[in-house]
Amino acid sequence: MAEFRLPKNSTVKKGKYFKADDGATNVRKYNIYRWNEEDGENPRIDTYEVDMDKCGPMVLDGLIKIKNEIDPTLTFRRSCREGVCGSCAMNIAGTNTLACTKDNDEIKGDINIYPLPHMEVVKDLVTDLTHFYAQYSSIKPWMQTVSPTPSGAERLQSPEDRAKLDGLYECVLCASCSTSCPSYWWNSEKYLGPAVLLQAYRWLIDSRDEATGERLDDLEDPFRLYRCHTIMNCTNTCPKGLNPAKAIAEIKKMMVERQG
Amino acid sequence: MSKTYELIDHVYDAIVIGAGGAGLRAAMGIAESGLKTACISKVFPTRSHTVAAQGGIAASLGNMGPDKWQWHMYDTVKGSDWLGDQDAIEYMVRQAPDAVYELEHFGVPFSRTEEGKIYQRPFGGMTTEFGEGDPAQRTCAAADRTGHAMLHSLYQQSLKYDTDFYVEFFAIDLIMVDGECRGVICLDMNTGKLHRFRSHMTVLATGGYNRTYFSATSAHTCTGDGGGMVQRAGLPLQDLEFVQFHPTGVYGAGVLITEGARGEGGYLVNSEGERFMERYAPSAKDLASRDVVSRAMSLEIREGRGVGEHKDHIFLHLDHLSPEMLAERLPGISESARIFSGVDVTKAPIPVVPTAHYNMGGIPCNYHGEVLNPSDDDPDRIVPGLMAVGEAACVSVHGANRLGSNSLIDLVVFGRAAAHRAAEVVKPMTAHAPLPDDHADLALGRLEKYRMADGSTTTAEIRDKMQRMMQSHCAVFRQQDTLDKGVDGIDEIYAMLADVKTSDRSLIWNSDLIETMELENLLMHAVTTMHSAANRHESRGAHAREDYADRNDGEWMKHTIARLTDGKVDITYRPVHDYTLTDEIDYIKPKARVY
Repeated sequence: MAEFRLPKNSTVKKGKYFKADDGATNVRKYNIYRWNEEDGENPRIDTYEVDMDKCGPMVLDGLIKIKNEIDPTLTFRRSCREGVCGSCAMNIAGTNTLACTKDNDEIKGDINIYPLPHMEVVKDLVTDLTHFYAQYSSIKPWMQTVSPTPSGAERLQSPEDRAKLDGLYECVLCASCSTSCPSYWWNSEKYLGPAVLLQAYRWLIDSRDEATGERLDDLEDPFRLYRCHTIMNCTNTCPKGLNPAKAIAEIKKMMVERQG
Repeated sequence: MSKTYELIDHVYDAIVIGAGGAGLRAAMGIAESGLKTACISKVFPTRSHTVAAQGGIAASLGNMGPDKWQWHMYDTVKGSDWLGDQDAIEYMVRQAPDAVYELEHFGVPFSRTEEGKIYQRPFGGMTTEFGEGDPAQRTCAAADRTGHAMLHSLYQQSLKYDTDFYVEFFAIDLIMVDGECRGVICLDMNTGKLHRFRSHMTVLATGGYNRTYFSATSAHTCTGDGGGMVQRAGLPLQDLEFVQFHPTGVYGAGVLITEGARGEGGYLVNSEGERFMERYAPSAKDLASRDVVSRAMSLEIREGRGVGEHKDHIFLHLDHLSPEMLAERLPGISESARIFSGVDVTKAPIPVVPTAHYNMGGIPCNYHGEVLNPSDDDPDRIVPGLMAVGEAACVSVHGANRLGSNSLIDLVVFGRAAAHRAAEVVKPMTAHAPLPDDHADLALGRLEKYRMADGSTTTAEIRDKMQRMMQSHCAVFRQQDTLDKGVDGIDEIYAMLADVKTSDRSLIWNSDLIETMELENLLMHAVTTMHSAANRHESRGAHAREDYADRNDGEWMKHTIARLTDGKVDITYRPVHDYTLTDEIDYIKPKARVY
């Protein structure tokens, strides 16, 4: 029989409370999901009071301040801190986004932070993206050609054809979109999800690539492509302002068109 | 020691540590040659700092006007303030066009000209006719996201080849036996398990160390892990005093605004609304090389002509350029300016300030990528089994100052060169000699020490002290009394590491532990950098001394070689190569450097 309650060891408990220094006058609460496999405890929500007068503007600034000054055990990924590496994707105030470009001021009330939804947690805000990356490589995201590669010259591409890649190549593989997609939550073993399909379209539409037919064949499947039900969470959540839902729609159109 | 931690074994012909542009290109090439290859990275490859490069990659394709490799070579030599090794520079600029075509064939979405060729933009210090002609349009660009486009394409290509990736594996220390590198000990962050990689060739592609500074364009992960391992192996680093401050980091946040912004027509103004670069570099103006522009900006601020409430930064204007052009050519920095300084670039200037950006110095190596351990009788003595590429390395093609867009080309040219050399030196499936019992003691000892560290100062506190010390004592302008104080200060901070306090005792994704091991790597660079800067009594490239305002070729035309042992820095020198690779171009003789 289906179980609709979390198993006991998954119930999220109330965690520790870290008060700000007495002098702080501009305090906000960060409520953060914590889980560490090694301590055998249930997940919990720790609350950190942060003095916003001594904190940078972004959510990542707050997380780093907590790690540096309050609790060095707090664990999260981060690298470029400018929205291009895609490391610090997490669920902030109910939305998947990059902590480094999310301004604290855009959030009302407490700042609630969870790992990316429906992913296995490795520790605290760090999730296991192995399957996501494997799906990415499954679409063969590299240039495939049959015509000979020009020697000592580039392949030509018109500015118009190049412009078709805009809005696609900028993806930072942060997985915010895929992990916001209910269809992906349900069927991620088989459904490729919006991030990977956006990349699939990036290669389908590249005028230099010559494997369009094979690429479409690989996507022609009730699950890999067609589990997209145009829920649009992907496009709403993308921290880079890209539109995976549109890319998926374009792939579906290409499928129809090639049937003549 | 090895008994307390279990080690999981791997055997490879070659391993690459780091998966940025240089590491991926090296790994791809080595795997292609038939060697069994692993690529180990502390972040997923597309998170590497190459992703943040914006403006482009230099190569004399001549798509936008006449160009040739000889001009690119001249500009690079002049940019380096003649500290670059000209054999290596010749190698790089001659390989550059093919390296860019290769990237295009890999699928990099370069911007295009009307004819469909790769778009090239002007960049600082890039000229024609050996500095006598017009600015060159040499920098190949994918809008202002060239590093991102390039890194993703390289990762995509590498999926085609038979390279084993070990992602989120942190390299702790090299396995060194009798002066030869035999592999590396790593921590798998996701499981907390330790791994021993045995290899005939280890390629360090670990990037720069600019997180030694308080304000840097570099990612949090730029912690000099390769140079740290090299120094603990008793090997020296070269030319660390040469730290590039990029003229246009966003004021406050420190994030990068590409030099391509000025390449596309942007310009800097002071509080009087003056385009002051015309005074400092009458010919190149805002497109003088980076050291020149950063010094000019610092002088304007110091003389009271900075902008803003504290008069401590400068404005970069793009608002005279067409919104369509900005959207097509500079979309990324338009977004960064909006997010990090609240500026709409079509309407207002971006507040910018010189920000630590790139390390010209690093692990000394030759143009094949082989790491050098200079001795009295052989300045080019090779360390068997060890290579270095990319920002971690000092080949030296950038000398005392790197030209913008010469970094990305460095990555792919020398990544490929290292792969060729590895394929020549290593025979596939050669047996590995047994390792002595103590081969993992250094790595495991450090791991245990920092994991259990219960001293008086936290990792973050020590890191903050180091960053403030470097920022205040070893930045754009330097002088002896400040540097001497900096030497004492940084030595003291380095000593604090023995009494560090960590809090996380776990092994799975213990980022408190990782940050502490990274801090040691950073500190080892900070110490060596400060000592090397205090030692060089001249101004050259990015090393600008107020008390020694001129370049002094008679005494200082030489590379600094610094060894850090038990907290003491020992400095010797290595001659600059005063010869080229072939007789198709003569050695470019030093002269005054005017832009």
